[in-house]
Amino acid sequence: MNDMFPDKQFAEFVAAGRFMLQRSRKTGEYIYYPRVAVPGTGDQDLEWVEASGKGVVYSTTIVRNKPPKADYNIALIDLAEGVRMMSRIVNVEPEAVKIGMAVMAKVGEVDDVAAVIFEPAGDSV
Amino acid sequence: MNGFPRGKTAVVGAATFGIGKSAAGYRAHEMLAKASLAAIADAGLSVGDIDGVFSILPEDPFSAMSVPEYLGIRPKLVETTRTGGSAFQIHALWAALALEAGLCDAVLICYGSNQATAAGGLVRSGGAPFVYESVYKPRNPPSSYALAAARHMHEYGTTREQLAEVAVAARRWAQLNPDAYRREDTSIEEVLAARMVSDPLSVRDCCLVTDGAAAVVMTRADRARDLPQKPAYLLGAAQATWHRSISNMDDLTVTAASECGPRAYEQAGVTAADIDVVQVYDAFTINTILFLEDLGFCPKGEGGRFVEDGAIAPGGKLPVNTNGGGLSCVHPGMYGLFTMVEAVQQLRGMAGDRQVDNVNLALAHGNGGTLSSQAVTIFGGEATL
Repeated sequence: MNDMFPDKQFAEFVAAGRFMLQRSRKTGEYIYYPRVAVPGTGDQDLEWVEASGKGVVYSTTIVRNKPPKADYNIALIDLAEGVRMMSRIVNVEPEAVKIGMAVMAKVGEVDDVAAVIFEPAGDSV
Repeated sequence: MNGFPRGKTAVVGAATFGIGKSAAGYRAHEMLAKASLAAIADAGLSVGDIDGVFSILPEDPFSAMSVPEYLGIRPKLVETTRTGGSAFQIHALWAALALEAGLCDAVLICYGSNQATAAGGLVRSGGAPFVYESVYKPRNPPSSYALAAARHMHEYGTTREQLAEVAVAARRWAQLNPDAYRREDTSIEEVLAARMVSDPLSVRDCCLVTDGAAAVVMTRADRARDLPQKPAYLLGAAQATWHRSISNMDDLTVTAASECGPRAYEQAGVTAADIDVVQVYDAFTINTILFLEDLGFCPKGEGGRFVEDGAIAPGGKLPVNTNGGGLSCVHPGMYGLFTMVEAVQQLRGMAGDRQVDNVNLALAHGNGGTLSSQAVTIFGGEATL
Protein backbone atom coordinates (compact mmCIF):
# COMPACT_ATOMS: atom_id res chain seq x y z
CA MET A 1 0.00 0.00 0.00
CA ASN A 2 1.33 3.37 -0.98
CA ASP A 3 1.87 6.01 1.63
CA MET A 4 -0.69 8.72 1.15
CA PHE A 5 -0.65 12.21 2.62
CA PRO A 6 -4.18 13.23 1.71
CA ASP A 7 -4.33 16.90 2.68
CA LYS A 8 -0.87 17.64 1.34
CA GLN A 9 -1.33 15.76 -1.92
CA PHE A 10 -4.77 17.19 -2.64
CA ALA A 11 -3.41 20.70 -2.17
CA GLU A 12 -0.46 19.90 -4.45
CA PHE A 13 -2.81 18.58 -7.14
CA VAL A 14 -4.93 21.72 -6.97
CA ALA A 15 -1.86 23.92 -7.11
CA ALA A 16 -0.90 22.05 -10.28
CA GLY A 17 -4.35 22.64 -11.78
CA ARG A 18 -5.75 19.16 -11.18
CA PHE A 19 -8.94 18.09 -9.38
CA MET A 20 -8.36 14.61 -7.96
CA LEU A 21 -10.58 12.39 -5.84
CA GLN A 22 -9.72 9.35 -3.78
CA ARG A 23 -11.29 6.01 -4.68
CA SER A 24 -11.27 2.66 -2.92
CA ARG A 25 -9.57 0.02 -5.05
CA LYS A 26 -11.75 -2.72 -3.56
CA THR A 27 -15.19 -1.13 -3.75
CA GLY A 28 -14.74 1.61 -6.32
CA GLU A 29 -16.32 4.05 -3.84
CA TYR A 30 -15.16 7.65 -4.09
CA ILE A 31 -14.61 9.80 -1.02
CA TYR A 32 -14.28 13.51 -0.39
CA TYR A 33 -12.80 15.27 1.54
CA PRO A 34 -9.42 13.50 1.32
CA ARG A 35 -8.70 11.11 4.18
CA VAL A 36 -6.27 8.35 5.10
CA ALA A 37 -9.10 5.81 4.99
CA VAL A 38 -12.68 5.33 3.80
CA PRO A 39 -14.97 6.74 6.49
CA GLY A 40 -17.13 4.10 8.10
CA THR A 41 -15.03 1.13 6.99
CA GLY A 42 -11.44 2.16 7.64
CA ASP A 43 -10.33 0.71 4.31
CA GLN A 44 -6.99 2.25 3.39
CA ASP A 45 -6.90 1.01 -0.20
CA LEU A 46 -7.29 4.49 -1.63
CA GLU A 47 -5.92 5.73 -4.90
CA TRP A 48 -6.11 9.15 -6.56
CA VAL A 49 -8.30 9.42 -9.64
CA GLU A 50 -8.98 12.40 -11.90
CA ALA A 51 -12.43 13.80 -11.12
CA SER A 52 -14.95 14.05 -13.95
CA GLY A 53 -15.79 17.57 -12.78
CA LYS A 54 -19.48 16.98 -13.41
CA GLY A 55 -21.82 18.06 -10.67
CA VAL A 56 -25.29 19.23 -9.69
CA VAL A 57 -26.07 21.98 -7.18
CA TYR A 58 -27.51 20.45 -3.98
CA SER A 59 -27.94 23.76 -2.18
CA THR A 60 -26.87 27.35 -2.61
CA THR A 61 -26.53 30.63 -0.73
CA ILE A 62 -25.24 34.13 -1.40
CA VAL A 63 -22.80 35.69 1.02
CA ARG A 64 -23.86 39.35 1.18
CA ASN A 65 -21.27 42.06 1.59
CA LYS A 66 -21.22 45.79 2.07
CA PRO A 67 -20.41 47.50 -1.23
CA PRO A 68 -17.98 47.84 -2.85
CA LYS A 69 -17.14 44.28 -1.83
CA ALA A 70 -19.09 41.97 -4.13
CA ASP A 71 -21.59 39.36 -3.04
CA TYR A 72 -20.60 35.81 -3.91
CA ASN A 73 -22.05 32.35 -4.17
CA ILE A 74 -21.43 29.43 -1.83
CA ALA A 75 -22.84 26.07 -2.91
CA LEU A 76 -22.87 22.41 -2.08
CA ILE A 77 -22.33 20.34 -5.20
CA ASP A 78 -23.12 16.66 -5.66
CA LEU A 79 -20.45 15.25 -7.96
CA ALA A 80 -21.08 12.54 -10.52
CA GLU A 81 -18.74 10.34 -8.46
CA GLY A 82 -21.29 10.31 -5.62
CA VAL A 83 -19.62 12.69 -3.20
CA ARG A 84 -20.57 16.20 -2.13
CA MET A 85 -18.35 19.23 -1.73
CA MET A 86 -18.60 22.90 -0.86
CA SER A 87 -17.43 25.32 -3.53
CA ARG A 88 -18.32 28.50 -5.38
CA ILE A 89 -20.19 28.74 -8.66
CA VAL A 90 -18.56 31.47 -10.76
CA ASN A 91 -19.16 33.14 -14.15
CA VAL A 92 -22.84 33.51 -13.28
CA GLU A 93 -24.75 35.97 -11.10
CA PRO A 94 -25.07 34.47 -7.61
CA GLU A 95 -28.87 34.96 -7.80
CA ALA A 96 -28.97 32.79 -10.94
CA VAL A 97 -27.50 29.74 -9.21
CA LYS A 98 -30.35 27.28 -8.59
CA ILE A 99 -30.64 23.95 -6.84
CA GLY A 100 -30.51 21.19 -9.45
CA MET A 101 -28.38 23.21 -11.85
CA ALA A 102 -25.66 21.28 -13.74
CA VAL A 103 -22.16 22.60 -13.12
CA MET A 104 -18.62 21.78 -14.21
CA ALA A 105 -15.48 21.98 -12.10
CA LYS A 106 -12.32 23.83 -12.91
CA VAL A 107 -9.29 24.80 -10.93
CA GLY A 108 -9.29 28.52 -10.35
CA GLU A 109 -8.61 30.93 -7.55
CA VAL A 110 -10.59 32.25 -4.60
CA ASP A 111 -8.98 35.47 -3.41
CA ASP A 112 -5.63 34.42 -4.89
CA VAL A 113 -5.72 30.91 -3.41
CA ALA A 114 -5.96 27.97 -5.83
CA ALA A 115 -9.22 26.07 -5.39
CA VAL A 116 -11.64 23.78 -7.20
CA ILE A 117 -14.52 26.00 -8.31
CA PHE A 118 -17.47 25.46 -10.62
CA GLU A 119 -19.27 27.18 -13.46
CA PRO A 120 -22.58 26.46 -15.16
CA ALA A 121 -22.34 23.39 -17.42
CA GLY A 122 -24.73 24.83 -19.98
CA ASP A 123 -27.24 22.28 -21.17
CA SER A 124 -25.01 19.24 -20.79
CA VAL A 125 -25.90 16.56 -18.18
CA MET B 1 -34.39 -1.51 28.40
CA ASN B 2 -32.28 1.54 27.76
CA GLY B 3 -30.53 1.94 31.10
CA PHE B 4 -31.13 5.63 31.60
CA PRO B 5 -31.89 6.45 35.25
CA ARG B 6 -35.27 8.00 34.55
CA GLY B 7 -36.28 10.46 37.24
CA LYS B 8 -33.41 9.42 39.53
CA THR B 9 -31.74 12.83 39.30
CA ALA B 10 -33.04 16.37 39.11
CA VAL B 11 -32.07 19.95 38.51
CA VAL B 12 -32.41 21.60 41.91
CA GLY B 13 -30.83 24.97 41.17
CA ALA B 14 -30.81 27.15 38.07
CA ALA B 15 -29.72 30.68 37.25
CA THR B 16 -28.54 33.02 34.54
CA PHE B 17 -26.35 36.10 34.75
CA GLY B 18 -25.49 38.97 32.48
CA ILE B 19 -27.98 38.25 29.69
CA GLY B 20 -27.58 40.67 26.80
CA LYS B 21 -25.02 43.31 27.68
CA SER B 22 -26.23 43.89 31.23
CA ALA B 23 -22.96 42.82 32.83
CA ALA B 24 -20.50 44.58 30.53
CA GLY B 25 -17.11 44.80 32.22
CA TYR B 26 -17.20 41.28 33.60
CA ARG B 27 -15.02 38.68 31.94
CA ALA B 28 -16.39 35.30 30.88
CA HIS B 29 -15.13 33.35 33.90
CA GLU B 30 -16.47 36.01 36.24
CA MET B 31 -19.89 35.79 34.64
CA LEU B 32 -19.75 31.99 34.87
CA ALA B 33 -18.94 32.29 38.58
CA LYS B 34 -21.80 34.72 39.20
CA ALA B 35 -24.31 32.39 37.50
CA SER B 36 -22.86 29.38 39.32
CA LEU B 37 -23.09 30.99 42.75
CA ALA B 38 -26.68 32.03 42.03
CA ALA B 39 -27.60 28.49 40.95
CA ILE B 40 -25.95 26.95 44.01
CA ALA B 41 -27.80 29.40 46.29
CA ASP B 42 -31.05 28.71 44.40
CA ALA B 43 -30.52 25.03 45.20
CA GLY B 44 -30.12 25.78 48.89
CA LEU B 45 -26.58 24.44 48.77
CA SER B 46 -23.17 25.96 49.40
CA VAL B 47 -20.07 25.91 47.21
CA GLY B 48 -18.57 23.23 49.43
CA ASP B 49 -21.41 20.86 48.56
CA ILE B 50 -20.46 20.77 44.87
CA ASP B 51 -18.26 17.78 44.00
CA GLY B 52 -18.79 17.60 40.24
CA VAL B 53 -17.94 20.52 37.97
CA PHE B 54 -19.01 20.39 34.31
CA SER B 55 -17.93 23.63 32.70
CA ILE B 56 -17.33 25.46 29.45
CA LEU B 57 -15.59 28.76 28.88
CA PRO B 58 -15.35 29.67 25.19
CA GLU B 59 -11.68 30.54 25.13
CA ASP B 60 -10.42 28.18 27.85
CA PRO B 61 -9.96 24.54 26.82
CA PHE B 62 -8.85 23.83 30.40
CA SER B 63 -11.97 25.09 32.19
CA ALA B 64 -12.18 21.70 33.93
CA MET B 65 -9.28 22.93 36.07
CA SER B 66 -9.66 26.69 36.02
CA VAL B 67 -13.34 26.81 37.01
CA PRO B 68 -12.94 24.53 40.06
CA GLU B 69 -9.87 26.54 41.08
CA TYR B 70 -11.74 29.85 40.73
CA LEU B 71 -14.69 28.61 42.80
CA GLY B 72 -12.50 26.82 45.35
CA ILE B 73 -13.80 23.33 44.65
CA ARG B 74 -11.82 20.07 44.51
CA PRO B 75 -14.24 18.05 42.38
CA LYS B 76 -14.41 14.26 42.32
CA LEU B 77 -15.54 14.50 38.71
CA VAL B 78 -15.05 17.04 35.92
CA GLU B 79 -16.48 17.12 32.41
CA THR B 80 -16.03 19.55 29.57
CA THR B 81 -17.33 17.86 26.43
CA ARG B 82 -17.47 20.52 23.75
CA THR B 83 -19.92 19.98 20.97
CA GLY B 84 -20.88 23.63 20.65
CA GLY B 85 -24.25 24.68 21.97
CA SER B 86 -25.49 21.16 22.66
CA ALA B 87 -22.72 20.39 25.14
CA PHE B 88 -24.78 21.13 28.23
CA GLN B 89 -27.46 18.58 27.40
CA ILE B 90 -24.64 16.05 27.09
CA HIS B 91 -23.25 17.23 30.43
CA ALA B 92 -26.68 16.64 32.00
CA LEU B 93 -26.72 13.13 30.52
CA TRP B 94 -23.36 12.27 32.07
CA ALA B 95 -24.29 14.02 35.32
CA ALA B 96 -27.35 11.77 35.68
CA LEU B 97 -25.26 8.63 35.18
CA ALA B 98 -22.47 9.84 37.48
CA LEU B 99 -24.85 10.86 40.26
CA GLU B 100 -26.77 7.61 40.00
CA ALA B 101 -23.51 5.65 40.16
CA GLY B 102 -22.45 7.59 43.24
CA LEU B 103 -19.33 9.03 41.63
CA CYS B 104 -20.34 12.39 43.06
CA ASP B 105 -23.30 13.96 44.86
CA ALA B 106 -23.88 17.45 43.45
CA VAL B 107 -22.96 18.50 39.92
CA LEU B 108 -22.62 22.08 38.76
CA ILE B 109 -23.07 22.57 34.99
CA CYS B 110 -21.91 26.06 34.07
CA TYR B 111 -21.04 28.38 31.20
CA GLY B 112 -20.19 32.02 30.67
CA SER B 113 -19.37 34.19 27.67
CA ASN B 114 -18.78 37.91 27.26
CA GLN B 115 -18.53 37.73 23.47
CA ALA B 116 -20.64 40.84 22.88
CA THR B 117 -18.79 43.22 25.17
CA ALA B 118 -15.30 41.71 25.25
CA ALA B 119 -12.50 44.07 24.32
CA GLY B 120 -10.96 43.01 21.03
CA GLY B 121 -14.12 41.82 19.31
CA LEU B 122 -16.09 38.63 18.97
CA VAL B 123 -14.78 35.68 20.93
CA ARG B 124 -13.76 32.76 18.71
CA SER B 125 -14.42 29.30 20.03
CA GLY B 126 -14.96 27.22 16.93
CA GLY B 127 -11.66 25.42 16.71
CA ALA B 128 -9.43 25.07 13.68
CA PRO B 129 -10.90 26.00 10.27
CA PHE B 130 -11.95 23.15 8.00
CA VAL B 131 -9.88 23.82 4.90
CA TYR B 132 -12.28 22.09 2.49
CA GLU B 133 -14.82 24.79 3.32
CA SER B 134 -12.80 27.73 4.58
CA VAL B 135 -11.01 28.26 1.25
CA TYR B 136 -14.39 29.27 -0.24
CA LYS B 137 -15.12 31.72 2.62
CA PRO B 138 -18.63 30.82 3.65
CA ARG B 139 -19.84 33.27 6.30
CA ASN B 140 -20.15 30.69 9.03
CA PRO B 141 -22.18 29.76 10.85
CA PRO B 142 -24.94 31.65 8.95
CA SER B 143 -24.02 30.31 5.48
CA SER B 144 -24.22 26.69 6.65
CA TYR B 145 -27.70 27.21 8.07
CA ALA B 146 -28.66 29.18 4.98
CA LEU B 147 -27.78 26.16 2.84
CA ALA B 148 -30.09 24.04 4.99
CA ALA B 149 -32.85 26.64 4.75
CA ALA B 150 -32.50 26.85 0.96
CA ARG B 151 -32.74 23.09 0.64
CA HIS B 152 -35.78 22.91 2.95
CA MET B 153 -37.47 25.62 0.86
CA HIS B 154 -36.64 23.69 -2.33
CA GLU B 155 -37.92 20.33 -1.08
CA TYR B 156 -40.94 21.38 0.97
CA GLY B 157 -41.99 24.79 -0.28
CA THR B 158 -41.04 26.46 2.98
CA THR B 159 -41.13 30.24 2.58
CA ARG B 160 -39.21 33.20 3.98
CA GLU B 161 -42.49 34.35 5.54
CA GLN B 162 -42.65 31.09 7.48
CA LEU B 163 -39.06 31.56 8.66
CA ALA B 164 -40.01 35.08 9.73
CA GLU B 165 -42.91 33.67 11.76
CA VAL B 166 -40.32 31.95 13.94
CA ALA B 167 -38.49 35.21 14.59
CA VAL B 168 -41.70 37.07 15.39
CA ALA B 169 -42.90 34.34 17.77
CA ALA B 170 -39.57 34.43 19.61
CA ARG B 171 -39.86 38.21 19.95
CA ARG B 172 -43.39 37.98 21.30
CA TRP B 173 -42.20 35.58 24.01
CA ALA B 174 -39.25 37.87 24.73
CA GLN B 175 -41.68 40.71 25.30
CA LEU B 176 -42.99 38.71 28.27
CA ASN B 177 -39.48 38.13 29.66
CA PRO B 178 -37.89 41.12 31.43
CA ASP B 179 -34.42 39.54 31.08
CA ALA B 180 -34.63 39.18 27.28
CA TYR B 181 -32.26 41.36 25.26
CA ARG B 182 -34.54 42.30 22.33
CA ARG B 183 -38.11 43.18 23.33
CA GLU B 184 -39.28 45.85 20.89
CA ASP B 185 -42.12 45.10 18.49
CA THR B 186 -41.28 43.42 15.22
CA SER B 187 -43.20 42.00 12.28
CA ILE B 188 -42.88 39.52 9.47
CA GLU B 189 -42.40 42.46 7.10
CA GLU B 190 -39.51 43.79 9.19
CA VAL B 191 -37.76 40.40 9.22
CA LEU B 192 -38.19 40.07 5.45
CA ALA B 193 -36.88 43.58 4.82
CA ALA B 194 -33.86 43.24 7.09
CA ARG B 195 -30.34 43.19 5.66
CA MET B 196 -29.49 39.85 4.04
CA VAL B 197 -26.59 37.97 5.60
CA SER B 198 -26.53 34.73 3.62
CA ASP B 199 -29.58 34.09 1.47
CA PRO B 200 -32.29 33.19 2.39
CA LEU B 201 -31.41 34.35 5.92
CA SER B 202 -31.59 38.01 6.89
CA VAL B 203 -30.00 39.39 10.01
CA ARG B 204 -33.37 38.94 11.76
CA ASP B 205 -33.29 35.21 10.88
CA CYS B 206 -30.02 34.99 12.81
CA CYS B 207 -29.57 34.74 16.56
CA LEU B 208 -28.44 37.57 18.76
CA VAL B 209 -24.81 38.13 19.61
CA THR B 210 -24.90 38.75 23.36
CA ASP B 211 -23.11 38.02 26.58
CA GLY B 212 -24.59 35.59 29.02
CA ALA B 213 -23.87 33.00 31.68
CA ALA B 214 -25.99 30.16 33.00
CA ALA B 215 -25.68 27.37 35.53
CA VAL B 216 -27.69 24.47 36.87
CA VAL B 217 -27.10 22.17 39.84
CA MET B 218 -28.10 18.49 39.74
CA THR B 219 -28.44 16.00 42.59
CA ARG B 220 -30.03 12.60 43.08
CA ALA B 221 -33.81 12.71 43.42
CA ASP B 222 -33.88 11.62 47.07
CA ARG B 223 -31.80 14.63 48.07
CA ALA B 224 -33.64 16.91 45.67
CA ARG B 225 -36.86 16.45 47.67
CA ASP B 226 -35.22 17.97 50.77
CA LEU B 227 -34.08 21.10 48.94
CA PRO B 228 -36.09 24.34 48.65
CA GLN B 229 -37.04 24.32 44.96
CA LYS B 230 -39.47 22.06 43.15
CA PRO B 231 -37.16 19.50 41.49
CA ALA B 232 -37.07 19.27 37.71
CA TYR B 233 -36.52 15.54 37.30
CA LEU B 234 -34.41 14.43 34.35
CA LEU B 235 -36.51 11.76 32.65
CA GLY B 236 -34.46 11.26 29.49
CA ALA B 237 -31.31 12.52 27.82
CA ALA B 238 -29.80 11.44 24.50
CA GLN B 239 -27.34 12.85 21.99
CA ALA B 240 -26.41 12.11 18.39
CA THR B 241 -23.53 13.44 16.31
CA TRP B 242 -23.65 12.92 12.56
CA HIS B 243 -21.09 15.32 11.11
CA ARG B 244 -19.12 18.48 11.82
CA SER B 245 -19.17 20.55 8.63
CA ILE B 246 -22.34 21.25 6.65
CA SER B 247 -20.75 19.80 3.50
CA ASN B 248 -20.67 16.45 5.30
CA MET B 249 -24.34 16.44 6.31
CA ASP B 250 -26.20 13.82 4.25
CA ASP B 251 -29.65 15.40 4.03
CA LEU B 252 -29.76 19.07 4.99
CA THR B 253 -33.42 18.79 5.93
CA VAL B 254 -33.00 15.99 8.52
CA THR B 255 -30.87 16.47 11.63
CA ALA B 256 -29.59 13.94 14.14
CA ALA B 257 -32.32 15.16 16.51
CA SER B 258 -34.58 12.81 14.54
CA GLU B 259 -32.53 9.93 15.96
CA CYS B 260 -31.74 11.05 19.53
CA GLY B 261 -35.15 12.65 20.12
CA PRO B 262 -36.98 9.31 19.94
CA ARG B 263 -34.38 7.75 22.25
CA ALA B 264 -34.94 10.50 24.82
CA TYR B 265 -38.72 10.07 24.54
CA GLU B 266 -38.33 6.32 25.03
CA GLN B 267 -36.21 6.84 28.14
CA ALA B 268 -38.79 9.24 29.51
CA GLY B 269 -41.73 7.05 28.51
CA VAL B 270 -43.44 9.93 26.74
CA THR B 271 -44.12 11.17 23.21
CA ALA B 272 -43.95 14.60 21.62
CA ALA B 273 -47.68 14.96 22.13
CA ASP B 274 -47.16 14.81 25.92
CA ILE B 275 -44.67 17.71 26.05
CA ASP B 276 -46.16 20.88 27.57
CA VAL B 277 -43.40 23.34 26.70
CA VAL B 278 -40.62 23.09 24.12
CA GLN B 279 -37.23 24.81 24.19
CA VAL B 280 -35.30 24.20 20.96
CA TYR B 281 -31.96 25.71 19.99
CA ASP B 282 -32.93 28.56 17.66
CA ALA B 283 -29.62 29.92 16.45
CA PHE B 284 -31.42 30.60 13.15
CA THR B 285 -35.09 30.60 12.21
CA ILE B 286 -34.70 27.44 10.11
CA ASN B 287 -33.55 25.61 13.27
CA THR B 288 -36.91 25.86 14.98
CA ILE B 289 -38.64 24.46 11.90
CA LEU B 290 -36.15 21.59 11.51
CA PHE B 291 -36.22 20.65 15.19
CA LEU B 292 -40.02 20.79 15.55
CA GLU B 293 -40.10 18.30 12.68
CA ASP B 294 -37.24 16.12 13.87
CA LEU B 295 -38.57 16.00 17.44
CA GLY B 296 -41.98 14.85 16.25
CA PHE B 297 -44.13 17.94 16.79
CA CYS B 298 -45.10 17.91 13.11
CA PRO B 299 -44.27 15.72 10.09
CA LYS B 300 -41.07 16.25 8.09
CA GLY B 301 -41.51 19.12 5.70
CA GLU B 302 -44.50 20.60 7.54
CA GLY B 303 -42.52 22.80 9.94
CA GLY B 304 -43.02 25.97 7.92
CA ARG B 305 -46.77 25.53 7.76
CA PHE B 306 -46.83 24.42 11.44
CA VAL B 307 -45.44 27.74 12.71
CA GLU B 308 -47.80 29.95 10.67
CA ASP B 309 -50.37 32.28 12.24
CA GLY B 310 -48.56 32.62 15.55
CA ALA B 311 -48.80 28.90 16.32
CA ILE B 312 -45.65 28.87 18.47
CA ALA B 313 -46.07 32.41 19.86
CA PRO B 314 -47.79 33.23 23.17
CA GLY B 315 -51.39 32.02 22.94
CA GLY B 316 -50.56 29.64 20.06
CA LYS B 317 -51.05 25.90 19.90
CA LEU B 318 -47.57 24.94 21.14
CA PRO B 319 -45.41 27.07 23.47
CA VAL B 320 -41.91 27.09 21.94
CA ASN B 321 -38.85 28.98 23.23
CA THR B 322 -40.74 30.76 25.95
CA ASN B 323 -37.78 32.85 27.11
CA GLY B 324 -37.53 34.46 23.67
CA GLY B 325 -34.88 31.98 22.50
CA GLY B 326 -31.54 32.62 20.93
CA LEU B 327 -33.30 34.90 18.46
CA SER B 328 -34.57 37.43 21.00
CA CYS B 329 -33.50 36.54 24.56
CA VAL B 330 -29.84 35.59 24.66
CA HIS B 331 -27.18 33.96 22.49
CA PRO B 332 -23.66 34.13 23.92
CA GLY B 333 -22.25 31.54 21.48
CA MET B 334 -23.36 28.31 23.15
CA TYR B 335 -27.02 28.68 24.02
CA GLY B 336 -27.97 25.15 25.13
CA LEU B 337 -27.76 25.69 28.88
CA PHE B 338 -30.33 28.48 28.62
CA THR B 339 -32.91 26.07 27.15
CA MET B 340 -32.50 23.90 30.25
CA VAL B 341 -32.78 26.85 32.64
CA GLU B 342 -36.01 27.94 30.92
CA ALA B 343 -37.42 24.39 31.02
CA VAL B 344 -36.72 24.31 34.76
CA GLN B 345 -38.35 27.70 35.36
CA GLN B 346 -41.45 26.60 33.46
CA LEU B 347 -41.66 23.32 35.42
CA ARG B 348 -41.37 25.21 38.69
CA GLY B 349 -44.12 27.61 37.64
CA MET B 350 -41.75 30.53 38.17
CA ALA B 351 -41.62 31.98 34.66
CA GLY B 352 -43.62 35.11 35.45
CA ASP B 353 -45.66 36.67 32.64
CA ARG B 354 -44.51 34.00 30.19
CA GLN B 355 -45.48 31.08 32.43
CA VAL B 356 -47.32 28.34 30.55
CA ASP B 357 -50.23 26.76 32.47
CA ASN B 358 -49.90 23.28 33.98
CA VAL B 359 -46.38 22.37 32.86
CA ASN B 360 -45.50 18.79 33.77
CA LEU B 361 -43.15 17.93 30.92
CA ALA B 362 -40.57 20.22 29.35
CA LEU B 363 -38.16 19.45 26.53
CA ALA B 364 -34.82 21.28 26.36
CA HIS B 365 -32.83 20.71 23.18
CA GLY B 366 -29.29 21.62 22.19
CA ASN B 367 -27.66 22.02 18.79
CA GLY B 368 -23.94 22.35 18.14
CA GLY B 369 -21.75 23.13 15.17
CA THR B 370 -23.61 23.40 11.88
CA LEU B 371 -26.65 21.23 12.69
CA SER B 372 -23.93 18.76 13.69
CA SER B 373 -24.43 17.71 17.30
CA GLN B 374 -27.95 17.23 18.59
CA ALA B 375 -28.94 16.55 22.19
CA VAL B 376 -32.29 16.31 23.92
CA THR B 377 -33.20 16.45 27.59
CA ILE B 378 -36.69 15.85 28.93
CA PHE B 379 -37.61 17.15 32.37
CA GLY B 380 -40.70 16.36 34.39
CA GLY B 381 -42.38 17.41 37.59
CA GLU B 382 -43.20 15.16 40.56
CA ALA B 383 -46.40 13.93 38.85
CA THR B 384 -44.39 12.38 36.01
CA LEU B 385 -42.43 10.00 38.23
